[in-house]
Amino acid sequence: MATAAVAILKTSFAKAVQTGVPVSFFKVDDPAKVPGTPPGEIGTRSHFEKLIKKPSDISSRSPLQDFHGIITPSDLHFERHHNGVPAIDPATYKLVIHGMVERPVVFTLADLKRFPGVSRIAFLECSGNFRSGKEELSPQDICGLTSQSEWTGVRLSTLFREVGVRPGASWFLAEGGDAALMTRSIPVTKGWDDAIIAYAQNGEALRPEQGYPVRLFLPGWEGNTNVKWLRRLELGDSPWQTREETSKYTEGIRDGKIRQFSFDMDARSIITFPAFPATVERGWIEIKGLAWSGRGKVRKVEISTNGGKTWAIAELQEPVLDKAHVRFRYLWHWNGTETVISSRVTDDTGYTQPTMQQLLAARGPEMGGYHLNPVTGWLLKPDGRVLHKPESWR
Amino acid sequence: MRISLLLLSGLILSGTVFRQYAGTRPERIPALRADSLVLPARFCIGRPATPADIRAWDIDIKPDGTGLPAGSGNAVSGQAIYRAKCAACHGLQGEGPQNRLVRNPQKPKEKTIGTYWPYATTLFDYIRRSMPFNAPGSLSDQEVYHLTAFLLRANGLIDSTATLNAKSLPAVSMPARPLFVPDDRTGGAVVK
Repeated sequence: MATAAVAILKTSFAKAVQTGVPVSFFKVDDPAKVPGTPPGEIGTRSHFEKLIKKPSDISSRSPLQDFHGIITPSDLHFERHHNGVPAIDPATYKLVIHGMVERPVVFTLADLKRFPGVSRIAFLECSGNFRSGKEELSPQDICGLTSQSEWTGVRLSTLFREVGVRPGASWFLAEGGDAALMTRSIPVTKGWDDAIIAYAQNGEALRPEQGYPVRLFLPGWEGNTNVKWLRRLELGDSPWQTREETSKYTEGIRDGKIRQFSFDMDARSIITFPAFPATVERGWIEIKGLAWSGRGKVRKVEISTNGGKTWAIAELQEPVLDKAHVRFRYLWHWNGTETVISSRVTDDTGYTQPTMQQLLAARGPEMGGYHLNPVTGWLLKPDGRVLHKPESWR
Repeated sequence: MRISLLLLSGLILSGTVFRQYAGTRPERIPALRADSLVLPARFCIGRPATPADIRAWDIDIKPDGTGLPAGSGNAVSGQAIYRAKCAACHGLQGEGPQNRLVRNPQKPKEKTIGTYWPYATTLFDYIRRSMPFNAPGSLSDQEVYHLTAFLLRANGLIDSTATLNAKSLPAVSMPARPLFVPDDRTGGAVVK
């Protein structure tokens, strides 16, 4: 039987059990005139909704333009990994914490779940999250390497107390159990502050692409430091200078210098509607999008509908959470003439999202490709097409 | 210990915390946030890591050479291994296509080991843990020393006759080292 997802089965008691929705159901003229599908074991996305991530060789981008809320559906969370997604058996999983500690300890997944837990909603963004250079780019193409989930786990500070971190320990190495054995050095202060050893995402176990069964989650910090498939933490008194924190995830700035350990994600916003590939009609348009800051809360989002000449305050949709994607809205009447619309965010440290020109002025002509968060414009054409306003910097 | 564990597992219901002590009835106390409860010094969860547990995974190398194994390598032996196991992705001369490794005279600013890697020890650590891409972790320590020597030599950073070991590798001077500066962004009104 050809089905959209799965099938309807009859049990020995002649009860119908939904295991999917037959394709034929979608060809019914009037759904109110035929019985619908019975209850099922797992929900499915509507046959009519075609939300997909956009994969490349090394990452896969979230369809930001298709979202209506602040939580990214787990199966649409962006992916970035350095040698594929490993298959780790939770029954044999272990986390080793050693180095400058009083008591080196091995924790199983069950051990981690016995500790007092914590949950928070926070974004996770790759620091290499900017593409531009042509008009036919969607929010997904430009900055789809950001997503948001409710993350649940045990505070790293709880585990630090458990193993007895020694006073001289100032950095720790986080190592993944993937084929890259990905490693980053993290200041111990972040571990005491708000780091989470996460085992759940949006109420269920982590997705494999997000680090199943356990990942490090560092609210507001560049995605790469949130080491997935976490298998080892080593406490030490200086950074390890791993490949990812030297030859990658560092950025050129002025005077030939290279900036390193750029942990905080600067505040950023993006209009996700109207945006390519959508088309619009003249009249009332609710401009919508996402804003966030790795340093705290979004204080305000401003919208310009005239190419940056003037700015007006957008409405922020509650909840406005710390280090989290926030949705903004701005009601606007478009008269059909060509114009550029854009958004800019200010966070509660007083930092305002810069233009590409401001970034270039600050970082110089050798500006690298990481931590780029420029104000992003959309060009509305009189025929209703919405195009990315390309930025060029190299 | 027992008291503490029970206290932490107390139920939070209707704004009231029920604290159950062994052999007593639940006691009503004012609602507390779970994280405002006094945590025990330790929960005694998990088992002690044995030296074998740690040795099996503790493969990281520090810039001062801590963690480097015994053995040594040279560029000549490294070239043969490189051609067999690395050149398919990185090119016979380290020119790519994947991740150019050797300094490009035509593009001196292109990111390579010679122009952008601040520590020689990172090479050993990374090759051993992650390479070759299709067979990570398959190289012996000896092979990693040879490959590290070959790549440093190809970038003009050591002599062709040099021997690399746990003492000489951390001492290799890397041109990019003085370029690296810590992040100085702090939020606020300034764009950096």
